[in-house]
Amino acid sequence: MLLSIVSYGLALGAVYALIGITYNVMFAASRVFSFTAGTVGMLGGVFGALCIDRMGMPVALGFLLTLAAGAVLGVITEVLTVRPVLKSLDQHLYVLSTLAFALMLQQLTAIEWSTEPQPFPRLLPFGPGFFDQQFWLPISACVLTIIGLEWLYRRTLVGRAFLAISEDNYAARALGLPEQRLRVASYALAGAIGTLAGFTGGEMMLAYFGNGPLLNFYGFVPVALGGMGSNRGAVAGGLALGLFQQTANFLVGGIFASVAIFVVFILVLLVRPEGFAGAAPARRV
Amino acid sequence: MNDSATLPLPAVQRLKAGSLEAWLPTAMLAIAGAALPLLGDSYLGVIATRAAIYWVLVSGLNLVVGFAGQIAIGWVALLTLGAYVTSVLCAGTVMPELSAYLALLIAGLVGAIFGLIIGLPALRLRTFYFAMTTLGFATIVTQVALAWKSVTGGGVGVPGPVLPWPFASPWGFYYFCLGLALLCTWMTTNIAASRFGRSLVALRDAEVAAEAVGISKPALLVTVFLFSGALAAIAGGLFASLQSYITPDAFTFDLSVLFFIAILIGGRGSILGPLLGTIILTALPEFAAPLVAWSTFLYAVLLLVIVLAVPGGIADMLDFKNRRPLERHREIRPRPELLAHIIPPSAQESLLKLENLSLSFGGVRAIDAVHLTLRTGEVHGLIGPNGSGKTTTLNVISGYYPPQQGQVRLNDKALAAGAAAARANQRIARTFQTPRLVGSASVLENVMIGATTAGRASFVESLLFLPRHRRDEARAQAAAMTALAAVGLDQLAFVRADRLQHSELRFVEIARALVLRPLFLLLDEPAAGLSVEEIKRLGALIVTISRQGTGVLLVEHHADLIFDICDRVTVLNLGKVLASGTPAEIRGHREVINAYLGA
Repeated sequence: MLLSIVSYGLALGAVYALIGITYNVMFAASRVFSFTAGTVGMLGGVFGALCIDRMGMPVALGFLLTLAAGAVLGVITEVLTVRPVLKSLDQHLYVLSTLAFALMLQQLTAIEWSTEPQPFPRLLPFGPGFFDQQFWLPISACVLTIIGLEWLYRRTLVGRAFLAISEDNYAARALGLPEQRLRVASYALAGAIGTLAGFTGGEMMLAYFGNGPLLNFYGFVPVALGGMGSNRGAVAGGLALGLFQQTANFLVGGIFASVAIFVVFILVLLVRPEGFAGAAPARRV
Repeated sequence: MNDSATLPLPAVQRLKAGSLEAWLPTAMLAIAGAALPLLGDSYLGVIATRAAIYWVLVSGLNLVVGFAGQIAIGWVALLTLGAYVTSVLCAGTVMPELSAYLALLIAGLVGAIFGLIIGLPALRLRTFYFAMTTLGFATIVTQVALAWKSVTGGGVGVPGPVLPWPFASPWGFYYFCLGLALLCTWMTTNIAASRFGRSLVALRDAEVAAEAVGISKPALLVTVFLFSGALAAIAGGLFASLQSYITPDAFTFDLSVLFFIAILIGGRGSILGPLLGTIILTALPEFAAPLVAWSTFLYAVLLLVIVLAVPGGIADMLDFKNRRPLERHREIRPRPELLAHIIPPSAQESLLKLENLSLSFGGVRAIDAVHLTLRTGEVHGLIGPNGSGKTTTLNVISGYYPPQQGQVRLNDKALAAGAAAARANQRIARTFQTPRLVGSASVLENVMIGATTAGRASFVESLLFLPRHRRDEARAQAAAMTALAAVGLDQLAFVRADRLQHSELRFVEIARALVLRPLFLLLDEPAAGLSVEEIKRLGALIVTISRQGTGVLLVEHHADLIFDICDRVTVLNLGKVLASGTPAEIRGHREVINAYLGA
């Protein structure tokens, strides 16, 4: 029983962590939080089931198509909802524009796909049990993503350019970095990571349009608590959240787990609005 | 202050006529609503009832979203809460049955408390975080409703309350809801046109300036969340009655989206706009049956279009008055003689002393052991090269930054460090380097924001348009009009502030500061961007202000202006006081010439 709590909790936590990383990658490129983070996560599951189950594609092709669709959605998010409002960042219009786009995607899924949870195909012939793929797939996806991002940011020129625009947008532009193209690329990357979360967690969470808001919230909790922009914080927070949720689910029931997470989330933010690892906001006058 | 009310100011009359104009569309909607049963269409009646109930909630939420600018997207949680509280109390399953009215009242109380709980994070958190907490709350309430079977009936649900005669019949219930909706419209319109409404908008669009005139964000937001939560829960009780039976399924997130988007489509800072938005969004899917499944999708598309293309919403489109072209070649003609009506003559001299102030940002010592004494009745110039700490000094005096060392004393009483909103009560006012005004509000409203701390009526008094509120308004209006006339902008009182030229905005800021009847007035580069003629008039205005008994601290780069009008000048360099004395002494000071003035 303990084993199932741990494996299920870690797997769920890995999905949350990946959504948290999705938030972070978009935030780093544009100082914008996007409501589409959870929505692309949800779509990862739906696209996977659509390609593999409904259309009978091979798993590898379905996987690649899903990631590509995520990247395309990321680009659309940037062009349609972020770029037009970047000029007036202080008015926080991005909250509304990304919310609108996320709602459109979610409603479209509800109407065109289904409002009921649909099964997600088994991808590889492993399991059941502790080594069931539905558990280790999201966990390894999360590990690979973190390693990949670290490699990208620390070892490649493009990655350093990403870091430069997230550190100081104006200075980066003054140095001649193609800020806009890098931002689009970041959004594409974020979209792909989001669908990766939904795809690898698909068997566990099913292909269900209602996962969107859920992932939005539970993906945001570790990011907010860990401090915006910190991927390691997001992973640590996500895994802890998943484990806590599963333990509470098992011991006292899901409702109390949800209420407890919500209360902790609010209390921590009230005490430390910038999160555990974040810095206090700068001067404003 | 009494004689200022008798000043010949024709514009005040125009304002009163304007408010009648503002009521006309609402009155027409009310008459149409009252006449609706004549059509005898019961289906139409249900839709209209639903729109009225939604409006009860949206009118309250409008103060949170439209006025305060808080992105509260999960307000369906309070509707759910109110629906269950009312239904459970009326059903008598948990405790003895209560009358529906009493149950609605209790729901309102519970809603107020939960509105406050949901709202509290807004005091500390940034927009997106707050949006997330409301979203999280919305999911949790539904889950609790599902799980707490012994009270809520779980997935099976509970019957909704039935109002007693004469409101039991569908049309009777409709009139009840319509009456409540009208009451809410009236109350929120009163708030919108009160110091509370203006303060909310100021917090939304110019938070720093709002603090400088003494608006306390926590107190105001707490009040608004209580009010909005109560209305939402009462709407929930009525919603349950209309549904006649409620399950958690009835409270989808789509409802939250509808409420939220109705406000944004209507336009932020308006009452009529969101009212029309609510009616349109409620009715639209009903009259276009194939659209029902697509309704939330369409709302979302509408939201995106509004945000990207028409940020002002319906209210902006209906604002014909502000499309009339303004006179092209306007001149600002201050009438300093009017200042006597604004600033009361003070018998004794006051002193504002900066003692040994130091503040560093990181490794940079922005100000270093600064001493400075301001006297009422004098103009004190503060000059120095860029980055010498002038604005930082101003910000420490007005309480935005707590100094790391030293203090500011007003007549030998230390001012609380870092308490910006408390300065207005000490009658210390200021302007900003970049004018901080509410672009969507009229010039007059912007100036009236300065009268916030002078208001005596409570939120409830304003809500119900009681005498004290009307007296407050009349006084604030008269004071603001006089201040505008004094700086020479009374002709533009009813124009939206964002249509003004830069130089005019600077004078509006001075007018807003004057309404505080300042003992000390801090001006941060008021002459920047002004023409030579305007600078001359500004100088005369500042001198007259000081001769009324106000101490002026003038941060400026225009050396001519400084040496023309200042009684004393202090020069800062690299955060330290380089020299201090009369203009003549400073002009001849060798180090000042080297560091700043040039030969």
